[in-house]
Amino acid sequence: MAELITYRDAVARGLAQEMRHDETVHFIGEDVAAAGGVFKATKGLLEEFGPERVRDTPISEEAILGAAMGAAMTGIRPVAEIMFSDFLATCWDLVAVEIPKTRYMTDGQISLPLVIRTANGGGLRFGAQHSQAVENWAMSIPGLKVVAPSNPKDVIGLLAAAIRDPDPVLFFEQKSLYPTKGEVPDGEIVDELGVATTVRQGSDVTIVALASMVRRAVEAADELDSLGISAEVIDLRSLVPLDTNTIIESVKRTTRMITVEENPRLCGWGAEIVSIVAEECIWHIDGPLTRVTTPHIPLPSADALEDEFLPSVERIVAAAQKVVQ
Amino acid sequence: MSATTKSAPEQGTDHDADDATPATGDDAEAATADASADGHLDDVVRLGLYEQVVRIRTFEERAYRLFMEGLVKGTSHLSLGMEAIAAGFGEAMRADDYTFCTYRGHAHTLARGTDMGGVMAELLGRATGVCGGKGGSMHLTSVEHGAMGSYAIIGAHLPIANGAAWSAQIRGTGQVAVCFFGDGTTNIGAFHEALNLAKVWDLPVVFVCENNLYMEYTAIGDVTAVEHPAADRASAYGLPSIIVDGNDPEAVYEVATEAIARARAGEGPSLIEAKTYRHGGHSRADPGTYRPAEEVEAWLERDPMPTYRARLQETGITEERLEEIEARAQSDVDAATEFAKSSPVPELQAAYTNVWADGGSSWRN
Ligand SMILES: Cc1ncc(C[n+]2csc(CCOP(=O)(O)OP(=O)(O)O)c2C)c(N)n1
Ligand SMILES: [Mg+2]
Repeated sequence: MAELITYRDAVARGLAQEMRHDETVHFIGEDVAAAGGVFKATKGLLEEFGPERVRDTPISEEAILGAAMGAAMTGIRPVAEIMFSDFLATCWDLVAVEIPKTRYMTDGQISLPLVIRTANGGGLRFGAQHSQAVENWAMSIPGLKVVAPSNPKDVIGLLAAAIRDPDPVLFFEQKSLYPTKGEVPDGEIVDELGVATTVRQGSDVTIVALASMVRRAVEAADELDSLGISAEVIDLRSLVPLDTNTIIESVKRTTRMITVEENPRLCGWGAEIVSIVAEECIWHIDGPLTRVTTPHIPLPSADALEDEFLPSVERIVAAAQKVVQ
Repeated sequence: MSATTKSAPEQGTDHDADDATPATGDDAEAATADASADGHLDDVVRLGLYEQVVRIRTFEERAYRLFMEGLVKGTSHLSLGMEAIAAGFGEAMRADDYTFCTYRGHAHTLARGTDMGGVMAELLGRATGVCGGKGGSMHLTSVEHGAMGSYAIIGAHLPIANGAAWSAQIRGTGQVAVCFFGDGTTNIGAFHEALNLAKVWDLPVVFVCENNLYMEYTAIGDVTAVEHPAADRASAYGLPSIIVDGNDPEAVYEVATEAIARARAGEGPSLIEAKTYRHGGHSRADPGTYRPAEEVEAWLERDPMPTYRARLQETGITEERLEEIEARAQSDVDAATEFAKSSPVPELQAAYTNVWADGGSSWRN
């Protein structure tokens, strides 16, 4: 049996599944308990698990992540919400300097099995301070795992995998996906980190995408089909660990690759993937390795502008046409 | 006792130690659980305190020498002159309590009973160091002793200490987290975020500000809106303002014992400001010339080691017992130095270990 649910409801279901599975799982954040989250993605958790395990915090991002970190090192599996990924900048010390380095600096004495969930990316006309796609910031830090699901089933499965993982995981929920729906099987879903999925098969070009860009890549691939171009679409699902095997195996067959990134151009995750492909299978490549990204600008608020500058289906199609020429 | 609790005077005494030059506290013999019939702390406790002070002092003097010889690389931040705080808390804590400290953390790490050889080897960058040489002087950690890490970003560990306290609260273990930091740390956001959350969640955590009057090179008074950087902020978080003579091991021990007992009993957090002074500079070979000579002079008079030694002698502890403690510290530090010097440097491969819980560092397949 399967059910059609929203990405938003999948978050609550995934958290509830893990809180039932393991009583050491605790969930904290701003407005997450009584209000059920500003995106309503955590509705019902307070009612089921009570205020000890589902707690509202003050607007204190460092205190939130510090609480998660200290608890994680002493036997609890915390999930902490940072309402918008833009706010990670206010607690970047915890994200980039404390949490990922502590196991290493203590030579393994301290483990940090914690998850930071956050609403990432654009598409909701929120302007440049509530729309950033910052997965590439996180990817640049040794010691952090970085996950970004594209659909409700993956939200549950990857969230479960992240919570059960013994290392810290930054879990990016793309906020424009919250109302989108997908099929989810009944029962417990536990996925695996570091495994990309090939969501559409093709033979002329590989399109590598993440989170909300996966839908666009699939739409572009459908359109490319009608233009006589067969595109394969890979949903990366996690940036760290990175499933390079799936990418390289695909690119060797299609001989061409496009990455579709929501992050701004410079040092976006696609650059890393292009460099890996260039180093490891350049002799199989027949067209320019191409990146479709948001330009290197802060994301504007007006819908007319936001729609133009996030990678669109048209830009993906145009890029694919160019690389197969 | 020489701790004063300003907003809750019934807990304090007339004796005020809140000026820059702390009181000596002859009238410090308030009755406590550990007080013996003749009015002072139990001799076992007092000798334990002295031993802590002496061990830390001896270790830090050696660490300084090894730094000047080029054997301790990078940097080191010593607690010379500040030993009484680590000693008082170290003796007051339960074995399973948690310590969170800063880059100035040799003292606090040792005070929990961490092996001196492992600490010295970490300072020397050896494979046998407590962190295998990957932490160094600023990141000493010994989880098995409750030393949950030394944190080198100002303020970072206050919220983290809250987390360990929250975990203890969830697990119902009665453990307490004690978090040490400097006066300069009271001006960073994490301090304020942490205190508020600690109070709101009633966490079993004790925040200890080691007010040595200086940040790195700037006097705390020059950049702080209030006179007592920690204590004057306490009321903003619904906490009493507690100031203690941080050069008096017994005063610290008493304040620590009370605060820890409150935390353990579920009565929530405390914020303690311990007035102290570092004998040397901020770090490395800093001579500390930005400090007025008279100020340094006045504080050297209050050096916790000779003053406590004299007090113990006056109150019946024999010279022999004190010398025995001093000799033991000396030989332990010698042995630790020998151990560290003769230990191998880490294998290059070690740099690729323990990024992840699987022991490795791989980020791709
Ligand atoms: C966030 C941050 N800012 C600045 C520094 C540089 N720094 C290291 S120690 C220090 C002084 C801290 O003073 P205090 O809190 O009084 O501690 P003390 O060294 O006196 O024990 C500074 C500014 C830092 N490590 N972290
Ligand atoms: Mg200071």
